Amino acid sequence: MSTPALRVAHDPAFGPPEAAHRAISGYGSGGPAPKRIIVGYGFWIFLLSDVIMFSAFFAAYAVLFKNTAGGPSAHQLFDLRNTAVQTACLLASSFTCGMASLAVGQRSQKWTQLALLVTGLLGVAFIVLEIREFSGFITRGAGPGRSAFLSSFFTLVGCHGVHVSAGLLWLGTMMAQFFAKGFRQDIRHRFLCFSLFWHALDIIWVAIFSLVYLVGSLPPELLP
Amino acid sequence: MSDELDYDAGSYVGEDRAVGGGDPGEQRTLRREVRGYLLGLALAIGLTIASFWVVGTNEVYRPGLAVAILVLAVAQMGIHLIFFLHITTAADNANNILALAFGVLIVFLVVFGSLWVMSHMNHNMMPMDQLMQMQR
Repeated sequence: MSTPALRVAHDPAFGPPEAAHRAISGYGSGGPAPKRIIVGYGFWIFLLSDVIMFSAFFAAYAVLFKNTAGGPSAHQLFDLRNTAVQTACLLASSFTCGMASLAVGQRSQKWTQLALLVTGLLGVAFIVLEIREFSGFITRGAGPGRSAFLSSFFTLVGCHGVHVSAGLLWLGTMMAQFFAKGFRQDIRHRFLCFSLFWHALDIIWVAIFSLVYLVGSLPPELLP
Repeated sequence: MSDELDYDAGSYVGEDRAVGGGDPGEQRTLRREVRGYLLGLALAIGLTIASFWVVGTNEVYRPGLAVAILVLAVAQMGIHLIFFLHITTAADNANNILALAFGVLIVFLVVFGSLWVMSHMNHNMMPMDQLMQMQR
């Protein structure tokens, strides 16, 4: 006894029956998608809502960019060398996170832990650089209370930093879970969510280093 | 059962990659995956260097710099989506693509809508010092 949906999946047009479970989805045929796809989809929805929250902070920053209230402007504050090192750290950690997911696919405890450790250390380096930059601004009298521009800057970039810090905590728990419980399916699904989160943070950082730091460091007469 | 065997636990939003026949397929698949990540990393590094270079150089039309940085950023986000987040056009990725498209729409509405509305308000509002004067 088979449902109409299943009979569609076993239609020769979908290829041999053993491949039928993979000839699925998106279009409603072939039965329910594997759990991994559903987990990824759900987390993807969360990430997109997170991106929308960031877009509101970006909008606030863009609107308030020129409201420096006589305080320092972006052009005077930003040190692009620091931003470049931060960018390198986060990009490299995104790559090592990808390597970790391949190591998980190979069920290699050693490489998984190593790749995750490197990912975490690069993330810590990123956060340390950001804290140093922020404290430098604050000691120069350019704290978040100085102007509307600086409030929106600290909110936007700080919110990303908080996300990275939370990601580092999550990364630590993932390492512990792989170590203690092995490559169980539910733990691999959690790791799928973590790696999506980590890569998405890198995408948001691309927007921040480009639109906040690089555009902000342009001389004011070049800005729209 | 087939779920237990699935090859990647990694960053695939969708696309159920086959385990390979067990024989030489396995190694080759892994190598291809690593090469994919390396290619993505190389492209991302290239675009990052390009956008940092563009800021410091005089060889680019200066008034176009902000737009150039924006274009490079969008390109790099695309690279990250394809090579790191593995957003593809595969059938089981259709939901992810649709959600992404909707997300991008909302982001555009929020950012450009805010800029548009606020620039009109700045344009049409009396300068703040005059407004204060009138309230006295």
